Amino acid sequence: MSNAGIYLRRRLVNVIALLFGGFATVLGLIFLVWILWVTISNGLSAIHPRLFTKITAYADQGGLANAIVGSLLMDMMALLICAPIGVLAGTYLAEYANRSKLGASIRFLNDILLSAPSIVMGLFVYVIIVLPMSNLTHGNISFSGFAGAVALALIGLPVIVRTTDEMLQLVPGTLREAALSLGVPQWKLTVQVLIRAASSGILTGVLLALARLAGETAPLLFTAFGNNFMTVHPLDKMASLPVAIYQYTNDPSPAMHSIAWAGALLITLFVLALSLLTRLLFSRKKVSYE
Amino acid sequence: MQVTSAVPLARDIDRRARADARHDRIFHRVLKFCALLVLATLLGAALSTLWGGREVLFGHGLHFLTSDSWNPVEDDYGALAPIFGTLVTSLIALVIAVPISFGVAIFLTEIAPTWMRGPVSAAIELLAGIPSIIYGMWGLFVFVPFMANIEPALSDTLGNLPLIGKLFQGPPLGLGLLTAGIVLAVMILPFISSVMREVFQTVPTRLKESSYALGSTTWEVLWDIVLPYTRSAVIGGIFLGLGRALGETMAVTFVLGNSYNITASLLMPGTSISSSIANEFNEAVGVHRSALIALGFLLFVVTFVVLLIARLMLHQLAKREGK
Repeated sequence: MSNAGIYLRRRLVNVIALLFGGFATVLGLIFLVWILWVTISNGLSAIHPRLFTKITAYADQGGLANAIVGSLLMDMMALLICAPIGVLAGTYLAEYANRSKLGASIRFLNDILLSAPSIVMGLFVYVIIVLPMSNLTHGNISFSGFAGAVALALIGLPVIVRTTDEMLQLVPGTLREAALSLGVPQWKLTVQVLIRAASSGILTGVLLALARLAGETAPLLFTAFGNNFMTVHPLDKMASLPVAIYQYTNDPSPAMHSIAWAGALLITLFVLALSLLTRLLFSRKKVSYE
Repeated sequence: MQVTSAVPLARDIDRRARADARHDRIFHRVLKFCALLVLATLLGAALSTLWGGREVLFGHGLHFLTSDSWNPVEDDYGALAPIFGTLVTSLIALVIAVPISFGVAIFLTEIAPTWMRGPVSAAIELLAGIPSIIYGMWGLFVFVPFMANIEPALSDTLGNLPLIGKLFQGPPLGLGLLTAGIVLAVMILPFISSVMREVFQTVPTRLKESSYALGSTTWEVLWDIVLPYTRSAVIGGIFLGLGRALGETMAVTFVLGNSYNITASLLMPGTSISSSIANEFNEAVGVHRSALIALGFLLFVVTFVVLLIARLMLHQLAKREGK
């Protein structure tokens, strides 16, 4: 092949590859816009005050009030469980076991837990909480909001561990040295200096965990189960938005579908608002560090 | 505290130091306990599903892994059909998502003007933030009818090809393995592309510039310099996406069709491990429930191995980078 021919072929391959890159990005964006558009347009047309005032027991004449309350309650309980444990575990990794073998392996396995299938976490909680509870109480208490919250906590835990670990490692070593040179004990240094210095980063992790667990459906199916009535008792079966959406989507009636879309819009807005908020928090933090 | 002489002061300091040491030890133990809980979660998830599925895993043994019948009436369970569905949908997802993620990563690191990179990559990552149930609803109400419209065309064109033709022949239901695979591909795209984008940025500029100085085109730099340099991490990113795809539940449950089939056609409905569990668990009792938990155990083991490989691959590049 002549020189000019080779040159032409190379340029052609290059142009095709770069065009493909642009095309792939546009395709990704098309799917994003498509999914968001469908959710927003279907959701907005179904938004109605009775969504927030009536419970799911009224079916297509009802709303999602109990599911919204149940979701908020379980998400909060889940955060109360996983935030302290996650922050402490992340602190251990960053401050106590940064270079040890144990620390390295926990960090490694935490990364795996981060993308472990959520449905298995539901089965896990079913076997260790729902089954024993039901055996102990002779079936009076089986599925419960508490079990749902534990399952969600397991989803949020690795997110918080990871961000806490990373954020603490960003804290400059001079802060540690300054405090230690004043004779401050390690625990006081950790709680009063390091965690405070990394607090906005740790908060970001907690919000990220909330964004992650708020949209989860699979772990709730066999732990919180769902409930057509309003309840705030943690040992009752508890409704949640994702599970309600799942059930309504499986229903053949279009009226139920439109309520499901309204619920979908609520969850999507909540989750996307949270992730925008974390982005904002994080970018501000980055600036203040440099 | 009143200080009158040097002696009590020394004692106070001593006592204070001992109290500090004790608090330090307690604090250390509490932290370590919390960190060990992370390990306990992984171990517990494996052991509890093994325990919950013992009846089928140990009772039926190999039959569970090799049989393709799933019959709750006669309590005869074989996991082959769900395993087949999980593997096929995840493979379809990879085949579609890997080149597209690579394209997105090329665009974001080499082509796009700087002002465009931040917003576009944030938008792509937004895809990862959308809850999976929303993918499921979109899949069922919007994408399934869409696929039902284009599937006849697929059968007419790709269906006539010699080797892969069989894959695309079948009823244009819209539901099925192919649809589920495409929905999964959209879901894992942001994970793979963000890993690729990040590792592409770690390639030393002097390597790329040397290649440009020798007259390489952008594509040649990408293919001959950037990809070989980041190979292990790119494979890690792909496995990370695979791990996500294998375990995904809500996005595929609605669009798979939930039927225990093993067919050559990708247009036929099927089932997957996670969608079988989600669909049947609450109506299942006894051996049936045990079989579903056993499926959960299989899923956990497989995803664990895939994610393990992913993380090891990702670590390799990080180690070379000296991090």
